[in-house]
Amino acid sequence: MSILLDKDTRVIVQGITGKEGSFHTEQMIGYGTNVVGGVTPGKGNQTHFDLPVFNTVSEAVNNTDANASVIFVPPPFGPDAIMEAADAGVELVVCITEGIPAADMVRVKNFLHRTKTRMIGPNCPGIISPEKAKIGIMPGFIHKEGSIGVISRSGTLTYEAVYQLTELGIGQSTCVGIGGDPIIGSTFIDLLGLFAEDDGTEGVVLIGEIGGSAEEEAAAWMQKSGFDKPVVAFIAGQTAPPGRRMGHAGAIIAGGKGTATDKMKALRDAGISVVASPADIGITMQQQLGN
Amino acid sequence: MKIHEYQAKEILRQNSVPVPAGTPAFSVDEAVKAAETMSSDLWVLKAQIHAGGRGKGGGVKIAKSLEEVRELAGQILGMNLVTHQTGPEGKEVNRLLVEEGVDIARELYAGIVLDRSTENFVFMVSTEGGVEIEKVAAETPEKIVKVWIHPEFGLTIFQARQLAFALGLEDDQVKNGTKTFMALWKTFDSYDCSLAEINPLVVTGNGQVMALDAKMNFDDNGLYRHSNVEEMRDTSEELPSETEASSYQLNYIKLDGNVGCMVNGAGLAMATMDIIKLSGGEPANFLDVGGVANPETVSRGFKLILTDPNVKSILINIFGGIVRCDRVAQGVVDAMSAIDVNVPVVVRLEGTNAKEAATLLEESPLDFLVAISLKDGAEKAVEVAQE
Repeated sequence: MSILLDKDTRVIVQGITGKEGSFHTEQMIGYGTNVVGGVTPGKGNQTHFDLPVFNTVSEAVNNTDANASVIFVPPPFGPDAIMEAADAGVELVVCITEGIPAADMVRVKNFLHRTKTRMIGPNCPGIISPEKAKIGIMPGFIHKEGSIGVISRSGTLTYEAVYQLTELGIGQSTCVGIGGDPIIGSTFIDLLGLFAEDDGTEGVVLIGEIGGSAEEEAAAWMQKSGFDKPVVAFIAGQTAPPGRRMGHAGAIIAGGKGTATDKMKALRDAGISVVASPADIGITMQQQLGN
Repeated sequence: MKIHEYQAKEILRQNSVPVPAGTPAFSVDEAVKAAETMSSDLWVLKAQIHAGGRGKGGGVKIAKSLEEVRELAGQILGMNLVTHQTGPEGKEVNRLLVEEGVDIARELYAGIVLDRSTENFVFMVSTEGGVEIEKVAAETPEKIVKVWIHPEFGLTIFQARQLAFALGLEDDQVKNGTKTFMALWKTFDSYDCSLAEINPLVVTGNGQVMALDAKMNFDDNGLYRHSNVEEMRDTSEELPSETEASSYQLNYIKLDGNVGCMVNGAGLAMATMDIIKLSGGEPANFLDVGGVANPETVSRGFKLILTDPNVKSILINIFGGIVRCDRVAQGVVDAMSAIDVNVPVVVRLEGTNAKEAATLLEESPLDFLVAISLKDGAEKAVEVAQE
């Protein structure tokens, strides 16, 4: 089983004719994703990889019955692309774009509250339900179908964790990169809720990083809701200096808040298995499953 | 991005937030000239560096005559200012702000930041001005009053008034404070700020509500629509290696250890630093070479890491997703053939075309240590750094 995405999910690509959009559309189709079309304003009526291209998202949805969208447009156009997809009734919007200003995301989130759209990202690798479909930029071949859910604020660090699991023969139900920005579409808690209800998910790997308090909030939520599947967590940035942005816009220790130590403690206090070393993620999950 | 106090005050002045009359000065003569143009018998000289805590470090002085302005400006300009934020090495002062003295009745605090939990900006005020706000938040959180700013309507007048009354402002001060708060929010919003902090915000003897200090940080992601802000960047406040890195779109932060690392992706770069530490070493840097780890970026990465004389070994940790490992390996070989890398290099490549990459490295005449896992890589890099 999986969450959010499977073989039947009908995906459109916003920015399909761009360099990034083109490359990853081909990769997604190659992995088995049901890509049904794309959107590039001004290029309607053309085709790209034999897929229809539309001028607007609503036109694309009307013609293809798409229920998911992935966004590959530059940062100045990202917020509008997200709102356009939500306005057209797309259920799941995955925004890959990196570099959207936080103030824009505050307004986008306010817009989304009035729609039924679930958004993932921005500044994320996307979602993959291994051996079924992927929406995003992650390398498919390191994944293996199975029963571990993965939720992460990072990109390549997620690949590292997935690779460790696959090497140990532990497959994944769905892996979700929620993004490295301060304001994101879906949080750890949103995804944990979905994994809690998914019978095909037996355990969850949670990868956080310094900055904000999303990990602390997830810890409190798991405790309160009685989340009973084993969770292995890792927090990147234990050695990061305060006040410096570590690559991701959201990864910064500010005003003494958002340290790895605080997050690890909060998770441990909630009964979560927290690993100090990123090399121990896979092996610790294996031990948890054996228990 | 950060700017200096004098730059922040210029932005505030242009946007109707009251600030004291003041002029930046880059030399003693300029400082005296600036003081002469002000109709005041009291001047405040403030060292302009990005770090906070300048007053305690001796970077803020009051002059009561023009002779004193000359003398104190001479003391501050060129001094090495050490504050709790500069680190023990301090920071050389090259810019000064000369301001008219202000008749201060009360010292307060005002600030705007992003509240990630509620996904809105939050406007905070406190009667405890002039002290570190983190301390107030920890010890007497009830003394910080907050209002959350609506994403569509912005700060409303009633909210600004709530803040004014919460600070105990009276009579005309209420109207003045409300205006100041509204103007501060509008400035914050129109410049894509990530932080605005007015500490202290003062009530003057005649009831004005004025920004006596000003700190403004900007959302790097918003800079594309504010070229005027980007022009205010003072690269002398940054390490040359970090400035150079950003000009190549590389993300480099120098740290104090001796194990250099080059990684693709910010999360994996932080995790690599963490595992170096867990293996008994200290990371020398954070370096994210991004999604396109090609020969050019690898070569620039090497050069950046090697600008730090403390570096005793380098760990390259690349997880090839879209990036092909064999291309990265070729980049490593090319870079090491072209530049003199005089410390041991440990290479760990995993993901797309990792096997081809391993063959390429093995067949190269150059001397690498090849690691089979993240843990193995970190341990090897730490070990050779200690030799």
